Amino acid sequence: MAFLELKTVSKGYGSRSEVLKDINLEIERGEFVAIVGYSGAGKTTLISLIAGLIKPDAGTITLNDLEITDPGPDRGIVFQNYSLLPWLSVFENIYLAVDQVFCNWAPARKQQHTEKYIAMVNLTPARDKRPGELSGGMRQRVSVARALAMDPQILLLDEPLGALDALTRSTLQDEIGRIWEEHKKTIVLITNDVDEGIYLSDRIIPLSAGPNATLGPSIAVPIPRPRDRKAINHDPHFRQIRREVVEYLLGVGGRRHVTVSRKLFLPDIEPEDLNAPRSILGSRRRPIRRHEIRKETLESHS
Amino acid sequence: MITNRRSEFKLDWLILPLLGAVVVLLLWQMASTTWSKDLPGPLRTWTASKPYIMKPFEKRGELDQGILRFTWYSLVLVVKGYTVALLVGTPIGFMLGLSKFFSKSFDPIIQILRPVSPLAWLPLGLILFQKSQPAAVFTIAVCAMWPTVLNTAVGVRSIPQDYLNVAKVLKLSRTRTLFKVLIPATLPYMFTGFRLSLGIAWLVIVAAEMLTGSPGVGGFLWQEYNALIYEHIILCILTIGVIGFVLDRLMSLVERRFKTV
Repeated sequence: MAFLELKTVSKGYGSRSEVLKDINLEIERGEFVAIVGYSGAGKTTLISLIAGLIKPDAGTITLNDLEITDPGPDRGIVFQNYSLLPWLSVFENIYLAVDQVFCNWAPARKQQHTEKYIAMVNLTPARDKRPGELSGGMRQRVSVARALAMDPQILLLDEPLGALDALTRSTLQDEIGRIWEEHKKTIVLITNDVDEGIYLSDRIIPLSAGPNATLGPSIAVPIPRPRDRKAINHDPHFRQIRREVVEYLLGVGGRRHVTVSRKLFLPDIEPEDLNAPRSILGSRRRPIRRHEIRKETLESHS
Repeated sequence: MITNRRSEFKLDWLILPLLGAVVVLLLWQMASTTWSKDLPGPLRTWTASKPYIMKPFEKRGELDQGILRFTWYSLVLVVKGYTVALLVGTPIGFMLGLSKFFSKSFDPIIQILRPVSPLAWLPLGLILFQKSQPAAVFTIAVCAMWPTVLNTAVGVRSIPQDYLNVAKVLKLSRTRTLFKVLIPATLPYMFTGFRLSLGIAWLVIVAAEMLTGSPGVGGFLWQEYNALIYEHIILCILTIGVIGFVLDRLMSLVERRFKTV
């Protein structure tokens, strides 16, 4: 049996048709799996299911043969919006997690452990700063450090770099790659960036567009590590995988069905003509109502 | 243009409020000399109030004491009532915010009790406690509690889901979630409630003292009305205003400290 296993998992919210349908996923220990899909496809729902923050309507999720029923520190999560507590410093944010997970350690050891992970994401100078004083990239590093410091069995990354600028993004991608090589943790990365997914993962799986989103074929990434960002663009494997994923997302699996079920009514007003002369007293012009506009049509009989 | 104006009015923070005060004093003087002969003018008020202001802590008799001494009595009572209001109101606010069941059960009652005037609560306090001091504390507590209750409840309800997710993922125990996540996240709202509550507590003390006749600014005011010394009424009104203003300023300083978090 696989390390993390999702079997025919479905999830919907209220009366809406199902967000995720028939999700089957098997992840081995130590694997780095990327899941790519459109925004709004249900990626966050999928990660929340694995995290145990929400329960599936149907199907089972097991980690290490144990069914996931509620959230716990054995699954470290890095949310897109960092989820740091703004009234705690970098150190305190991580220490809160360490203190909770390793509650029987001596305080000195907990402290040392926290410092180690702050150093790992190169944030030692910002140790006593509050999240509000940090840039987006730095906050996300704190979030990664907090997740790793709990020493989870699996690391769930929910679009961790989605809100960052392109330069910070690539630096942090490299950092995540390096951390994975060091720790060999099982990682599930959710992203909307196909290149990012291929660059980092062992296996990439496209998620079709919702509703009723489901996972497409799993595509292995046989590019040797450490990977070189510049060279990878010319790697034939990379291009091939990229094409397959994009084709799936654009093709059958990813066709978006957009239907407008509401008729939209425009407001009964026309744009004001700013060039029209104003009265001297500066009084406001009457708004131009659509239904009041008289149209004159000239019909000429020649 | 704008810079010119600035340099012209360099002292506008000082001059303009003084100008306002002078205008009000003039109107006051005019009113007291023309259509209301009973109203003492500013000068008469000052001469009559002088002993109370110049020797603010002197005690000449039970009902004849310096104005700050009276203020002190009132403040002590306010602090008692206010403390009770916070100690009772904050937990109620938390329960309202956390539990849908509790909120649905008690919200209607709170909405009905909230607009009740302090004058209506005081007799009930006198019945319950028989003495005027505890009755005043009771009245202050009951009236001043509501802003704290409601603001805390709103604060708890508006805690971002992210923070709660952190608590869930870390499996924080209930007490740890309360002290590490819920309370820090609600603090800014709580302090807004605390500030509003303090304002109400100060409003209530004057009314309570007037009705019970206990020593304090409000009691002094009522007694001087009965003694026909109208100058002192104005002295009391000004004192109440100044103290209320100072309390609000102090509280908003504390509040701002927590807002930045």
